[in-house]
Amino acid sequence: MKPPPFEYHAPRSLGEALDALAGAGEHGKVLAGGQSLIPLLNMRLAAPAHLVDINRLAELAAVDVEPGGVRVGALARHAQVERSEEVAAAQPLLRQALRLVAHPVIRNRGTVVGSLAHADPAAELPAVLTLLRGSVRLARPGAVRDVAAEDFFTGPLESAMEAGELAVSAFFPAPPPRSGTAFREVARRHGDYALAGIAALVALDDDLRITSATVACVSLGPVPVLVDVTDAVGHRPPDSADWASAARAVADRIEPEADIHATVAYRRHLAGVLTEQALRDAAREAVDA
Amino acid sequence: MHEITLTVNGVVRQAAVPARRLLSDCLRHDLGLTGTHVGCEHGVCGCCTVLLDGEPVRSCLTFAVTVDGRDITTVEGLAGQDGTLSPVQRAFAECHGLQCGFCTPGFLCTVTALLRDNPAPSDEEVLEGISGNLCRCTGYQNIVKSVHRAAEIMAEES
Repeated sequence: MKPPPFEYHAPRSLGEALDALAGAGEHGKVLAGGQSLIPLLNMRLAAPAHLVDINRLAELAAVDVEPGGVRVGALARHAQVERSEEVAAAQPLLRQALRLVAHPVIRNRGTVVGSLAHADPAAELPAVLTLLRGSVRLARPGAVRDVAAEDFFTGPLESAMEAGELAVSAFFPAPPPRSGTAFREVARRHGDYALAGIAALVALDDDLRITSATVACVSLGPVPVLVDVTDAVGHRPPDSADWASAARAVADRIEPEADIHATVAYRRHLAGVLTEQALRDAAREAVDA
Repeated sequence: MHEITLTVNGVVRQAAVPARRLLSDCLRHDLGLTGTHVGCEHGVCGCCTVLLDGEPVRSCLTFAVTVDGRDITTVEGLAGQDGTLSPVQRAFAECHGLQCGFCTPGFLCTVTALLRDNPAPSDEEVLEGISGNLCRCTGYQNIVKSVHRAAEIMAEES
């Protein structure tokens, strides 16, 4: 239960960090909060030859609320984003989801961008980024690119990030007007990985009829699955919307896997129940917005 | 090896450590502070929780080199200079908030920060606050009681 040896890099600037990562290529890993990486090292499930520790790059800890949404830097801790009133006002789903991420002590150290880079389909933040159609900014020496969430998550613990790239920030778009969000999940114990989870976004028009209803699924496929259920619920006021039909649409669409905690049938059942609950919550928030 | 300097419980300490040295092992083996316990070593049990610049973190999920130059408080640093137990420590003793004691250092550090940020937590806030710490004696009822008692002691003494 001790990490394997590695070459340690402690860059003092973003440029130094990118050079170190480029030099390490496919043998390099970024250390930010370490709350997913260090367990993997301790259990010897990963053994990168080079670790590039970005913890000294204070410039990457910024959380900027912009008119269009929230940009979260690579070193911003979960707790920092969760506690920010500005962030909660600009994009409420972040706080709703972050409260379900592990435990408070883990959130003091873990980073939002690190969780995205880890690309665990059982984690909350990849689903949030997917639902909001956000993006991840990747940098290498002399080049920066933004990758949309739908292209970023490519498989379990796999992303579009290439060897030598650093995820420098993520952008979570602000909600459309008259919309609401919600996050529901079922875990065996609070703070555990969810057996199933649903993030929901519902938008209404000026007559309070549903114009769009979407959900993103946690632990229900190899990547966070985005399902548009607008047609299933109908373009109606939330009171008369067909939430059960949306739940069926999601349950039909997903391809969950069985493990020691839950069967495929149970996960599918949870997906339906959570979809209905999350959509109702999100619609209520939208009506009150 | 990396030369690092940590301020542990108010004392400046130096150590030469390999990059892969976990903070928990650095505290126990390099600095001889065995109050910080090591349980699962993958961030589940919470025994190794220490305060990093005042915030509780898992020392088994932190490399010592990463926190070079930072301020650490371990369970050894919670009591006063003269050995007077802190309000949280007194409450745990008074309410039987520990049985075998293995998880206790982690609980004490977690709860010390919890009550600093929220001096009068509700039952729900206490449960959320200590949800990342496991007690294999399952003494949770008395641990929750201890947290509320510590809040009382702190209010009385402030």
